[in-house]
Amino acid sequence: MTQHFLSVEGLQKVYPAADGKQNPPVFDNIHFGIERGEFVCIIGHSGCGKTTILNVLAGLEEASSGVVIMDGREVKGPSLDRGVVFQSHALMPWMTVLGNVAFAAKSRWPEWSKARIDEHCTTYLEMVGLGHAIHKKPAELSGGMKQRVGIARAFAIEPKMLLLDEPFGALDALTRGTIQDELLKIVQATGQTVFMITHDVDEAILLADKVILMSNGPHAKIAEIVEITMPRNRTRAEMHHDPQFYRIRNHLVDFLVNRSKGYAGSDAAVLHDARHPPVVRPGLAPDEPPPSDSTRPILKQVVNQ
Amino acid sequence: MFSKLGLKAALLSLLIFLIFIGTWSLATYHKEGPAVSAADAEYAAMMGKGAGKTGGFPPPGEVGTAFVTYLSDPFFDKGPNDKGIGIQLAHSLWRVGLGFFLAVIVAIPLGFAIGMSPLLFRALNPFIQILKPISPLAWMPLALYSLKDSDVSGIFVIFICSLWPMLINTAFGVAAVRRDWINVARTLEVKPLRKAFQVILPAAAPTILTGMRISMGIAWLVIVAAEMLVGGTGIGYFVWNEWNNLALPNVIFAVAMIGLVGMVLDQLFGSLQKLVTYRE
Repeated sequence: MTQHFLSVEGLQKVYPAADGKQNPPVFDNIHFGIERGEFVCIIGHSGCGKTTILNVLAGLEEASSGVVIMDGREVKGPSLDRGVVFQSHALMPWMTVLGNVAFAAKSRWPEWSKARIDEHCTTYLEMVGLGHAIHKKPAELSGGMKQRVGIARAFAIEPKMLLLDEPFGALDALTRGTIQDELLKIVQATGQTVFMITHDVDEAILLADKVILMSNGPHAKIAEIVEITMPRNRTRAEMHHDPQFYRIRNHLVDFLVNRSKGYAGSDAAVLHDARHPPVVRPGLAPDEPPPSDSTRPILKQVVNQ
Repeated sequence: MFSKLGLKAALLSLLIFLIFIGTWSLATYHKEGPAVSAADAEYAAMMGKGAGKTGGFPPPGEVGTAFVTYLSDPFFDKGPNDKGIGIQLAHSLWRVGLGFFLAVIVAIPLGFAIGMSPLLFRALNPFIQILKPISPLAWMPLALYSLKDSDVSGIFVIFICSLWPMLINTAFGVAAVRRDWINVARTLEVKPLRKAFQVILPAAAPTILTGMRISMGIAWLVIVAAEMLVGGTGIGYFVWNEWNNLALPNVIFAVAMIGLVGMVLDQLFGSLQKLVTYRE
């Protein structure tokens, strides 16, 4: 097996039921890998355990079984190597915008002088377009600006990987679009590795290299991994002119609306190999069926022999 | 500066005050007449000649005179039973301040520990629940016996009554810090001491300050009663002493001063509270 930058192996999470009995696992046997510099989105209906997976990657929650290995080391507990952007921005309201980002930077580089920290943080705040608001308190900012501060805070510690938990979920469509563009620019410029939860199909197509599709819980699985084959320099304004866009979009929406529910009993589930979930490229093969689900495992077996 | 509503409210307050003084004057006026009620005559007979000096409940004028006399020279000291109101209040404030300060030293760290540890919370909760409703003055005999000093006992009583609201509010405030902020600190690998001072303390500060404000209010209520018991100095002793002298104008004056100082203390903590309150 090739060594991924981040690999998730056999992840399972069981939450204890209130009456002491065992609940069925939210998800089990989750395997996937993320390469360095890759942008991966995960899409699935509520209750499939997306946030739990992200929290396990962040080290905030422990999986019931399975391991996460990042850069050759097992993920055990939270670390400055993984920056997290929370859904509810999670800014400390008693600190200024700069104070919030500086608090993070000071944790990363405790030996830095205050001037150096402030300079470093100002750079990142200017990057998200908040250079003018660094001395304001979070309460004086709009929802979109707060989320920008959250993004600047996560970038400012220069983590090996960024974890975003539906960061634009609470924003209006207009603000959401602007920040998506900004995030895209920053990620392209820095080559940051990103794992992001989203409910927005267009957002996933715009930002991601790969989209992980989760079937519904309990016993949620990675139904397939969709590669976004459109060129990387895509923009929100141009994207929908690409003929690939609608093929990918239709594929994703079709999964969310039709296939995610009935997945558990379907043929795809019977043939499912949790270690190698089918990888599909709907953007490239419009009329043929996606590269056959069974080819990969069989090929693998031949190679192994 | 005054808004229209503020001005109206101030005028109404003044009116209420004037009506109060007016009613008080009317109610106490007839007592100055030569006619004495049967009860008063009996009382006078019982008390001997001394009772003749007191003319029943004092009218506003007499109380006003007491205000002027005491406030014009607040710091005189003519022996143990005759000290200026400033000195008496200073004694009370010193006891309250010291007892309160000791309670802060105990309650805030302990409340922090209880708020952080569900185990400690469950273990200590029965003790707190039983000790909290005990009137602080009930501790007085035990304090006097074991501490063997009336002044220290007074401070102890203030300590014990200030302790509970602060302890409970600190524990509650610390336990209720938003999960998100703790998670931010965790993902940033913030060291425990830095987390305590830069995340949990500011997040819980408004709740802690509320506890301190309640504690200070209770402490100021209790000090008067405590000083009536232990005696010697302080505003509570002053009230008791003037009652024994049957100098009711002085008692009324002292009561007004207790209210005034209590209000100032409360406003002090109110503005401290405003200082640490954050808007989300």
